[in-house]
Amino acid sequence: MTSQETAAGEQEIPAGSEPTLRVANLDVTYRVRGQNRPAIRNVSFQIGGRESYGLVGESGSGKSTVALALTRYLPRNGLVTGGSVSIAGKDPLSMSGSALRDLRARTVSMVYQEPGRALNPSIRAGRQIAEVFEIAGLDRKTAADRAEDMLRKVQIPDPGQVMDRYPHQLSGGMAQRAIIAMALAAEPALLILDEPTTALDATVEAEVLDLVAGLRADMATSVLFISHNLAVIAQMCDRVGVLYAGELVEEGPASVVFDQPSHPYTVGLLRCIPRRGQRKDHGRLDAIPGFQPAPGQDITGCIYAERCALVIDECRTAPPPAFGIGPDHAARCYRHEEAAALPRSTPADASLPSPPDADDPIVTLRGLSTTYKNAGTELKALTGIDLTIMRGETLGLVGESGSGKTTLARALLGLVQPDPGSVLEFDGSPLPADLRRRRRDLLRAVQIVFQNPDSALNRRHTVRRLISRPLVRLAGLSGSRLAERLADLVRSVRLEQRHLSLRPGQLSGGLKQRVAIARAFGGGPRLVVCDEPTSALDVSVQAAILNLLADLQAKEQVTYLFISHDLGVVRYLSDRIAVLYLGRLMEVGPAETVFSGPHHPYTEALLSAVPSLDGQRRERIRLQGEIPSAATPPSGCVFHTRCPRKLSTGVCQTTEPPLAAVEPGHQMRCHIPIGELRRLQEIATLNPQ
Amino acid sequence: MTATPDVAASPGQVPVAHGLAAPPAPWRLLLRKPTFLIGTAVLVFWVVCAIFGRSIAPHDPLAQSLLARNSPPSGAHPFGVDSIGRDVLSRVIVGARDILLISPLATLLGTVLGTVLGLVMGYFGGIVDTLIGRVVEAVLALPVVIVAFLFIVAVGPSPLTLIVVIGFIFTPLIARTVRTAVLVEGQQDYLASARLLGERPGYIMFAEILPNVLPVIVVEFTVRLGYAIFAVATLSFLGFGVQQPTPDWGGDIAANYGLLGAGYWWETLFAALAIASLVMALNLVTDAIEQVISS
Amino acid sequence: MTRYLLRRIGLAIATLWILSVIVFFAGQVLPGDPGRAVLGPFASRIAVRSFDHQIGVDRPLVTQYLSWVGGLLHGNMGISYSFRTPVEPIIVTALGNSAKLAALALVIIIPLGIAGGVLAALYTGRAIDRTISLSGLAASTVPEFVSGIVVIIVFGVALKILPYPTGSLAGLSVPSQLDHLILPVIPLVLVLFGYIARMARAGTIEALDSDYARTAVLKGLPRSVVIRRHILRNSLLPTITVIATQTGYLIGGLVVVEQLFNYQGIGRQILSAASSKDFPMLEAGILTIGIVYMVATLIADVLYTVLNPRLRVGVSG
Repeated sequence: MTSQETAAGEQEIPAGSEPTLRVANLDVTYRVRGQNRPAIRNVSFQIGGRESYGLVGESGSGKSTVALALTRYLPRNGLVTGGSVSIAGKDPLSMSGSALRDLRARTVSMVYQEPGRALNPSIRAGRQIAEVFEIAGLDRKTAADRAEDMLRKVQIPDPGQVMDRYPHQLSGGMAQRAIIAMALAAEPALLILDEPTTALDATVEAEVLDLVAGLRADMATSVLFISHNLAVIAQMCDRVGVLYAGELVEEGPASVVFDQPSHPYTVGLLRCIPRRGQRKDHGRLDAIPGFQPAPGQDITGCIYAERCALVIDECRTAPPPAFGIGPDHAARCYRHEEAAALPRSTPADASLPSPPDADDPIVTLRGLSTTYKNAGTELKALTGIDLTIMRGETLGLVGESGSGKTTLARALLGLVQPDPGSVLEFDGSPLPADLRRRRRDLLRAVQIVFQNPDSALNRRHTVRRLISRPLVRLAGLSGSRLAERLADLVRSVRLEQRHLSLRPGQLSGGLKQRVAIARAFGGGPRLVVCDEPTSALDVSVQAAILNLLADLQAKEQVTYLFISHDLGVVRYLSDRIAVLYLGRLMEVGPAETVFSGPHHPYTEALLSAVPSLDGQRRERIRLQGEIPSAATPPSGCVFHTRCPRKLSTGVCQTTEPPLAAVEPGHQMRCHIPIGELRRLQEIATLNPQ
Repeated sequence: MTATPDVAASPGQVPVAHGLAAPPAPWRLLLRKPTFLIGTAVLVFWVVCAIFGRSIAPHDPLAQSLLARNSPPSGAHPFGVDSIGRDVLSRVIVGARDILLISPLATLLGTVLGTVLGLVMGYFGGIVDTLIGRVVEAVLALPVVIVAFLFIVAVGPSPLTLIVVIGFIFTPLIARTVRTAVLVEGQQDYLASARLLGERPGYIMFAEILPNVLPVIVVEFTVRLGYAIFAVATLSFLGFGVQQPTPDWGGDIAANYGLLGAGYWWETLFAALAIASLVMALNLVTDAIEQVISS
Repeated sequence: MTRYLLRRIGLAIATLWILSVIVFFAGQVLPGDPGRAVLGPFASRIAVRSFDHQIGVDRPLVTQYLSWVGGLLHGNMGISYSFRTPVEPIIVTALGNSAKLAALALVIIIPLGIAGGVLAALYTGRAIDRTISLSGLAASTVPEFVSGIVVIIVFGVALKILPYPTGSLAGLSVPSQLDHLILPVIPLVLVLFGYIARMARAGTIEALDSDYARTAVLKGLPRSVVIRRHILRNSLLPTITVIATQTGYLIGGLVVVEQLFNYQGIGRQILSAASSKDFPMLEAGILTIGIVYMVATLIADVLYTVLNPRLRVGVSG
């Protein structure tokens, strides 16, 4: 070890600038059923004036606990057991009630994960923002005027009208803007953003992130940005701290930490994410083995030792100090110099499925429409979908909320009744729309992996029962053949025999999703719908599940319909991509063609909305306005209300373009000729900003 | 393909998502609650009285000693003597029997019927649900006690009538609670998952949904048991429940409260306290169970 | 919202209709012959039959039902078998008496229950919460006649500070009426306290744990403002509905309390009609109770809709 040892977070701040936030050796403990469970251990960091600091970590890392401790809003059983906090020179942990109120009113404010729930449902939005000014002593009228100014500042269209709306009348993006307006109203020294865009759609997220970045340039506010999303942090923050199981394992400038990570955990985390156009045929993702330690577990050495491929004896006996690596960059690892060369825990070689036959459809949908009727109003979730899924391929289905991607999956499964006239075919013969009319061989042929295993697995049944049931019902097995196939299946999803007697509540999220996958594969399916199978999981778990899905596809020769909002994940797994917007198919084509362009203007916007870890040079297309309601879709091309490339001839407003082949295997629903799109989008790619 | 474990669970790694150890069994948590222990003790006392009352009671609860009518508490009659010369203590002890027989059976009947009905309403929805929902609403528009006496007047009072009538009145109430719980479960994907395996509605209702709504039903049963005791006691007081001369707390109060004005308080007070102690004990137990289930 | 209201009123009428069917036919199943029951065991068979014919109980059931409903729609509830006079005046007087008792109970219990529930919620898990919650639970499950007996013994018999039995209020001055109403009101209040406090507590705890409460606190608002402006507005909304549904229990309680205190209200009227097989009185009484309950829940639903912006103004934009 040659690096000099300095404690992270205690590095010298340039003279004359007192940091806005200083957290030193913070310990937070939750008391659960009479036991103390440390949630935050010895965390130190500081944020300078106008600086943006990112705190990144998976669920259970304690990142939100840090935010709550800073504002002294821990749950009743939470307690700061050590360390100190200073916000603009004041200590929120020891101050009196009225001083604390004053601090919250003037010095620190917060933006939350679920904007819809963070606003009071029975008070008008304007009044809730005006309250901040009223605390500062303004009269009601002036406060209301200032609130309206704030709404203008966060670029809400028609602020006067929004003032009088109730929260339920605001979309998620608008509500989050209102909360940002509220948070910035008092011009706080520190703004805490706790997963501010996690609940929002990609295009809305991009707008909100742009807004925050723009406002930062105008205001003298320091930012603490908390997120599980590394790319968002990379885009938004100057410096970043990586939290793992309540400890800050690495800290440094965002670009340095994400380009030259020096803690094995950071290295592992970054390897879990499909990046730079990585695809399954490039090899497996490298997942992190093992599990995060259970809260409250007694750990003597390094918190990450159990899962670390570089572990040495020293790691298990004494917790590593923070080693300074470069300017302002530190990692709590004895072997930080070798971290970049962390050996893979997952072999890269993957057996690949034989490339799908380009013209052998297993599923054909023609004119698939679905209408939900509710209290007299009709909501058209899908309109005239024509789509084929080829045998053995993975078709990625992308789109924002309300696009109809889940409805499409459910119609295919027979869980939702399509409108009359819709045609569904499976393997050349008609697929009954009603699940009850599907024979056993059709039932076993089409199965699903749901998004949330907590919901998809009956929590009262044991893993054995959950996995056996499809073997009994669909494969018709019993006795020793059942036991044999069960053991086989358990092995192929990499569960262990001892898991069989447990119930879902006793398993971690990743293990639960394996049980759900085993259930889907039990009957020997030919098509498996994967409906956001990894979006409820942490990044490190997601990688393992994606590897598993790829392996199973190669082994069982199944076809996947893979639904996800995460374009990186879709790109990694899919052979072809279909893009949905407001219940219509906008574009479908080979994955690489759709990603590299020319693409539909909506696809283009979707791609450019995604924050990237790789610093891609791409002009950022921003969509205006909200996603229209599916109950009242716009005339003509449904995308014209938000389309940045709308034709000036007005044809987009009046006529819906057909889904037409623009290249071999590549269909698009757009009035703009493909040559013109190529020209526009190539120019965009060549001249950043 | 070679099976390569890409998540190598390290030895000693516990695959438990939360918690250091498995949470203590629910009944262990119950035993830690003083309210549960006190409530159970009182309940056990009354159950013993209900079963062995005749042997415990110092006097024959039906025997009338006309000379001792209305005598206040004394050594021979610790709770006094009632207006027709019967020993109040003996009647309080033996009086536990009918109410403790009728109430649980009525609740059980209502719970079983209500659970089946609630599962059907919640799972199938549609016209079945709407129709039953209307009837429930109409029955709810009347106080339980009034509906009960309407039917009891029609059929004539007997323990069996009470069980059936109260059970039937509870059925729609319990069905409504179960239905709500089923609707919550209906949003869960495991039901779609079961349908995709071609499971039949009966299997889905009883093997998939029922175990998940069981805690709700247990709580509902204990809460309803309290109401059943309330209703049986009240009906007896109004003259539509257990009939005199059978010893019964509500009936005995009805028979003697007319003499309160004359100062003969012991003839009603002890029966009243008996009822109060029974329902309070039951509620302490219910409250503890509810807390353990919800935590 | 108008549509919602019309729908809601339609449903209430449908429910009332079902109720009238249940009440009427349940009444008809009552064993025994009204003429015999009214005229007594010694009346001649001819007299009984002519009485039955006179009141129309020898007609087919459906005809009887239709003429009964027809009469109701014209405000004619029929002729009491026992009193041989129209039913309405008797029901109206009794209802008025019951209303006094119920109104007094509600005036006491609503603020008390809400205050108790909110207080318990603000101190969740502390001694004051446990005390309010457990005593509320206990009070609400002890039958009215049991707590009634205890208060009679304590205040009416032992201390002799309040009048017992209550009897009739006719001719009494207002303060004296109140004096007479205190004892019978206590059991009603005890039973309702638990329900209302429980609901107010649950609603308040939910609001306190909400994200918007966190927003309000972290905005730097004083605790009193947070509670008044942000918590109570949301937490008391569901409580309104509960209070209305408790009307049913309240009426059930009235039957018992009126009987125990010998008070001339509608509950006692129904009870004596049932034991003397006075069907018109019984049916009218029960239907009246049903209407009162329907109106109460209707008002509660309307109030809930008006106060709840999510229902008042739909999603727009």
